[in-house]
Amino acid sequence: MNPCGDFRTSYAADMTIFPTRNSRLALFAGLLVLCCAPLVFGRYELSLLIQIGFLGIAALGLNILVGFTGQISIGHAAFFGFGAFSSAGFAGMGVPVALAIPLAGLVTAVVGLFFGLPAARLKGLYLAIATLAAQFILEDFFARARWFSGGVAGRVTENFTLFGFRFDREETYFYVVLAWVIIMFVMAANLMRSRDGRALIAVRDHYLSAEVMGINLAYYRTLSFGIASFYAGIGGALYAHYILFVSVEAFNILFSIQFLAMVIIGGLGSVMGSLMGAAFMVLMPEMVQSAAQALQGGAIDRALNLGNSLNFLREMAIGAAIILFLIFEPDGLARRWRLIKAYWKLYPYSH
Amino acid sequence: MPGDPILEAEGVSLRFGGVRALTDVSFAVRAGEVFSIIGPNGAGKTSMVNCVSGRYRPTEGRIRFEGQDITRLPTNRRAALGLGRTFQNLALFGHMSVLDNIMVGRHHLMGAGFLRGMVHWIGGARQEELRHRAAVEEIIDFLEIQHVRKAPAGTLSYGLRKRVELARAVALRPKLILLDEPMAGMNLEEKEDMARFILDLNQEWGMTVLMIEHDMGVVMDISHRVMVLDFGRRIAEGSPDEVMADPHVKKAYLGELDDEAA
Repeated sequence: MNPCGDFRTSYAADMTIFPTRNSRLALFAGLLVLCCAPLVFGRYELSLLIQIGFLGIAALGLNILVGFTGQISIGHAAFFGFGAFSSAGFAGMGVPVALAIPLAGLVTAVVGLFFGLPAARLKGLYLAIATLAAQFILEDFFARARWFSGGVAGRVTENFTLFGFRFDREETYFYVVLAWVIIMFVMAANLMRSRDGRALIAVRDHYLSAEVMGINLAYYRTLSFGIASFYAGIGGALYAHYILFVSVEAFNILFSIQFLAMVIIGGLGSVMGSLMGAAFMVLMPEMVQSAAQALQGGAIDRALNLGNSLNFLREMAIGAAIILFLIFEPDGLARRWRLIKAYWKLYPYSH
Repeated sequence: MPGDPILEAEGVSLRFGGVRALTDVSFAVRAGEVFSIIGPNGAGKTSMVNCVSGRYRPTEGRIRFEGQDITRLPTNRRAALGLGRTFQNLALFGHMSVLDNIMVGRHHLMGAGFLRGMVHWIGGARQEELRHRAAVEEIIDFLEIQHVRKAPAGTLSYGLRKRVELARAVALRPKLILLDEPMAGMNLEEKEDMARFILDLNQEWGMTVLMIEHDMGVVMDISHRVMVLDFGRRIAEGSPDEVMADPHVKKAYLGELDDEAA
C-alpha cells in the first residue's frame, strides 16, 4: 500500500524492497539502534539477540522451501547441524572461521540438493516422510561418523577471528551475526523479486501452469532444497562458532519442528516473517519463564497447586502458540505487522 | 493471409485405459490464422489442446510445430519454441500480483538465475528485470488491466482473471497461442472485449491462435477455419460457413433444426 501522492515515475523506483523514503530511513535508524545494542544490553540479552539471528537465518531457509516453494521439510535441524559440524570441521583443518562459515553453507547446500532429489517426484505427505528420512539418516551419520562430528563426545571449535581480532564475547560476536543476517535477508529479498524467485512461487501456486510457462518443475523443487540447506548451513555454522561446542543431541526432530513453528508463526512466504518467528520462539520461553517465576509461591500458584509443573508451562505455551496462530493468524506475525503499520499510517482515521 | 502450417497433428489418438478421448485426429493450423475447435462437451477439444501443450502424451500419432516433432518434448521446453496457452479453469498464481504473474511469462526469455538474482545490483539481473518489466507493461496496457497490476491475482473478478491469464500467455511471446474457452462464463461486454483482444493479437501482434470456444457467434465471427470434434473424432473442418452447412455438424452439435443453428 503506497501513501497518497507517492507516484512512481520509473520501473526501477517501483521495484525497490522498501517502497518509501520513510521506510528506508526507518530501516537505517533501526539498524543503527541495533548496532548500539552491545553498548546498552547485558550479555544475556545479547545472547538472545544472537540466537534470534542464527535461528532467523535458518528459518528463512525453511521459509523459502515451505512458504515460497510450497514444499515441506521436517529435517531442517539436521541441515542446521550439518552446517555446524562442517564449519567446525573446516576450522579444525585450519581454514579461517570467516571462510569456514560460507564453506559450510555450500557443503550443506550440496547435501541438501542430494536429499532434495526426491522432491522432484514427491509432494505433500510423501515428501514429508522423505525429509523425515533425511533427518534420521543425518542424525545417525552425526552419531557414527566420528571423523566428522567427534561422535557422541561432540566437537569443540574455535572463535570467529578476522584480521587477528577475536569475536569471542557476546558484545563482539553480535556484529558477526548481524552482518550475516543482513546479507542473508537481503539476498532472499532480492531472490524473491527475481526470475527464479517468481518461478519458485509459481511452482507453489499452480505447478501445471508453471510448467506451461517454461518452468522446469524438478529443477526448481530441488533448487529450493539446496537454497534452504544453504541458509540452514550458515545458521548452523554461526551457532557453532558461538557455542564453541557442537554435539549430536541438539539437532533432533524436535528442533526441526521448532523451525517449522517459527516459519508458521512468523508468516509463511514472508522474508521478514522468518526473523519475527525466530524472535518469537526465542523470546516466548523467556517470557513464560519470567511469568512462571513471578507466579512462584504466589496466590495463584498455591490455589492451583502448580508447584513444579510451572516448568512445563514453557513447552505447553509453545504448543498453544502454534495452535492459536494457525487458527487466528494463519499468515503469521508478518501480516500482523503489516496491519499495525497500516493502522498508524491512517491514524486516527481508520479509513 | 494464412501461410505455411505452423502446427500439424497427424493421426493423434489418446486413450485413458479403455476410454478413447481422441481417435485419429489430423489437422493443420496455418501461420497467421485463427483456428477454432468446437464440439459438444466431452468431444475431446481440451484433450487435443493438452496434447499440443504437453500436458498429455498422445498414445498414437505425432504433433509437429514449425516442422519440429514435439510429440514427446517435455512441457516446460515448449514455451521457448513459441507455444503459449491459457486454461479452461483459471490457472493463475493466486498469491502473486498480476504484474508478477505476467512476469512469470517472461521466464524463458530471461537469463539471470538465482545467484544473479540474489545479488540483484551486480551481474545484470536488475537491468534484465527492468527491460522485461517494460515489455510486460506494454501487454498490461494492451489488455487494459493497469488498474489491477499490483493486486493479488486471486482477488480479481472472473473476467479480469481471464484477461490476466491471456496477458501471461502473451508475455511468453508465443508464435502460437492456445486459448481454452477464453470466453466461458463472461457477459456480452466482456466477450466483445475478449474477441477484440484475440483479433488484435492475431492481426497486430501476428500470433497464430488456436481456440476452443462454445460461443458459436464468436467462433463464426472471428475464426478463419473451424474444426469440429465429436466423440474424439474429427467430423468436419473448413471455413465457418462450410462447417455450418455440414450436415454432420448440424446433427452432432447444432441440432437438427436449421433455425436453431443461427
